[in-house]
Amino acid sequence: MIPLFIADVLKALDSIGVPVSQLLQMADSIAFITLAAIGLTVIFGMMGVINLAHGEFIMMGAYITTLSINVVSLPLPVAMILGALGTAAFGAIVERTIIKRLYGRLLDSMIVTFGLGLILTQGTRIIFGNSLRSIGTPFGQVPGYTYSGYRVLLLLAAIGVLGSVYLAFTRTEFGVRARATIQDPETARAMGVDTDRMYTITFAIGSGLAGLTGALYAPSATIVPGMGQSFLVESFVTVVTGGSSVLLGTALAGGILGTINAVFSNLYGNFFGQIALLMTAIIIIRLLPGGLTGLANTVRDKLGEQQS
Amino acid sequence: MKLGSDILPSRLKSIITKLNGPNTLGNSRVFWAAFGVGLLLLVVQPLIRGSYAAGQFSLFLAYGLLGLSLSIIWGYTGILSFGQVAFFGIAGYTYAIVSLNLGGALGPTVALPVAIAVATISAFILGYFMFYGGVRNVYVAILTLVVTLVLETFMAQTAGAKWAIGSVKLGGFNGIPGIRNFTLGVGESSFSLSGSEFYWFVLAVLLFAYLGSRILVNSKYGYSLVAIREDEERTAMLGYNVKKVKLAVFTFSGALAGLSGIFYANWGNYMDPSVFTITFATIPIVWVTLGGRESLLGAIVGTVIIEWLRKWFSINASEFAIVFVGLILMITILFIPRGILPGIRDMYVFFNAHGLREGIEHGRDTIQSRAQTLLGSVGIDISDSETPGSSEVMRE
Repeated sequence: MIPLFIADVLKALDSIGVPVSQLLQMADSIAFITLAAIGLTVIFGMMGVINLAHGEFIMMGAYITTLSINVVSLPLPVAMILGALGTAAFGAIVERTIIKRLYGRLLDSMIVTFGLGLILTQGTRIIFGNSLRSIGTPFGQVPGYTYSGYRVLLLLAAIGVLGSVYLAFTRTEFGVRARATIQDPETARAMGVDTDRMYTITFAIGSGLAGLTGALYAPSATIVPGMGQSFLVESFVTVVTGGSSVLLGTALAGGILGTINAVFSNLYGNFFGQIALLMTAIIIIRLLPGGLTGLANTVRDKLGEQQS
Repeated sequence: MKLGSDILPSRLKSIITKLNGPNTLGNSRVFWAAFGVGLLLLVVQPLIRGSYAAGQFSLFLAYGLLGLSLSIIWGYTGILSFGQVAFFGIAGYTYAIVSLNLGGALGPTVALPVAIAVATISAFILGYFMFYGGVRNVYVAILTLVVTLVLETFMAQTAGAKWAIGSVKLGGFNGIPGIRNFTLGVGESSFSLSGSEFYWFVLAVLLFAYLGSRILVNSKYGYSLVAIREDEERTAMLGYNVKKVKLAVFTFSGALAGLSGIFYANWGNYMDPSVFTITFATIPIVWVTLGGRESLLGAIVGTVIIEWLRKWFSINASEFAIVFVGLILMITILFIPRGILPGIRDMYVFFNAHGLREGIEHGRDTIQSRAQTLLGSVGIDISDSETPGSSEVMRE
């Protein structure tokens, strides 16, 4: 049903002269970058911890999803939810046992999580072998285009995830407490917020989002222990170009980097697409040390001054 | 003659006093005696274990230079760089390209300074780009990592015939084979180094680099490095040009890493893009973390220990090698965050001050209280006072 609906929309767009296949590629690229980064940005933006095992958390989500389909033959959506929840639980354990001791030691937490990532990758390889039988991609192709309908769904999922994170951190009681903890832990504690719990939950949410990304890409990716690394570069680049604001930064950086990646991949091939992505990121960090969020804040301040 | 013998000891003395200072561990006679014994063992090693073993060991020493470079930039200046392997690889590739293009004995002799220069210039450009662009803290770590990965992506796709510099093909994943053993000199008077000779040469260079680095970190300049690590804003406020100092030390450590890369290319007689991978980029961080990042000797010792173990694992249980590296990294950071050499120093100082008996009793108490907090942190004792962060979270 979804592909048919999408196909109609696309045909209509095509008939009025919109370059649909380029747009699809762009959407694909934006969705990939946004989903790759979202878990990492939640953890970095809210807690100031760089989780270098992020790629492995994504891998874990994909593995749980794939295994629960291959072994227990659960339906795909259930398996995906299980992948996200399983990774969130693992994240909570990691926070309780390891990350907790390293608040305020940013570089140390980076290194510890890297060590964790190495163990997870190699451990997975030792236990499950070099690859898993992949599950098929649902929905088939978009009629009339050489483009998987599932990928269109991924863009919708990316938008949905961004929206939910935004709502969770701005509109709920939990979100207010979590942001209070991040802004001023001592005052938050004095006001009766259990800051320890907030850190654990935030880290679990970030890990869960990483797991969800893995689960979402499980049907279309090759399931290998090192698969996390293909997300790693994109996610880091997005976090640093995005800056400290979780949602705005990820959305802006995902949009810009995704577009550039798609355009250059189209023109010169995948390799130059990636190089262009990295180069853009380097230039953005060089010109805007505060990231895109920093720029957005400056613009907002300037506009505010003009109005007042 | 008399004058000369008068000047020489006084010069030596002034150099020796410069070697010691507050920024290096081990300034005592005991330390230097132990250092001398260790050095002697390393020097005679080829005679005991043979030329082949020495040749194998010389890789560890070459890596030691890479560890040293990271210790200076990370341990002393507080800049975590994943990019040391980038300069390592750039120098290795440059050395391979220049030496193979020129050929003969002249090739390596010319290639050595050229490769160091290219690595130094690369470090200068990247450093200028970052430090004068206001890139700081974790962003430096990530930017250097990204640059390294860009190099990997680039070098890995240079498989075709169009990717050649002079007569040397870059070779993509397969890299550049056939790099000759290290040779110095011109024509007849040249000499080639392999096995034990190469080992001694690398050992001499490493010793020289180590002692030079000690003098550097104990100089006024070294004080400014440590000041930047401890508090960048305050150092700037006191009138130091923080950007310039950071750039200078980044460039210097890039040159050291480059030197290490040249030895690596010589040692294996090939150069491939695996030196730019994320795994290899982290290995130096493991070395330095284990040995003690704020100790130059610790960096070298950590390098040798880890590489020795990695080699053992690769022969006996290759699939567990990476798990082991990850474990070492986590355990060191969590339990001995300063590294083993500073740990040994602290222990020595402690027992020296308190005597053996009292020291052991105190140590038992410490272990007990540590174990209690450890159990508490896992959740067995929930009412512990170890809450994360408060003001600490904001410090970085």
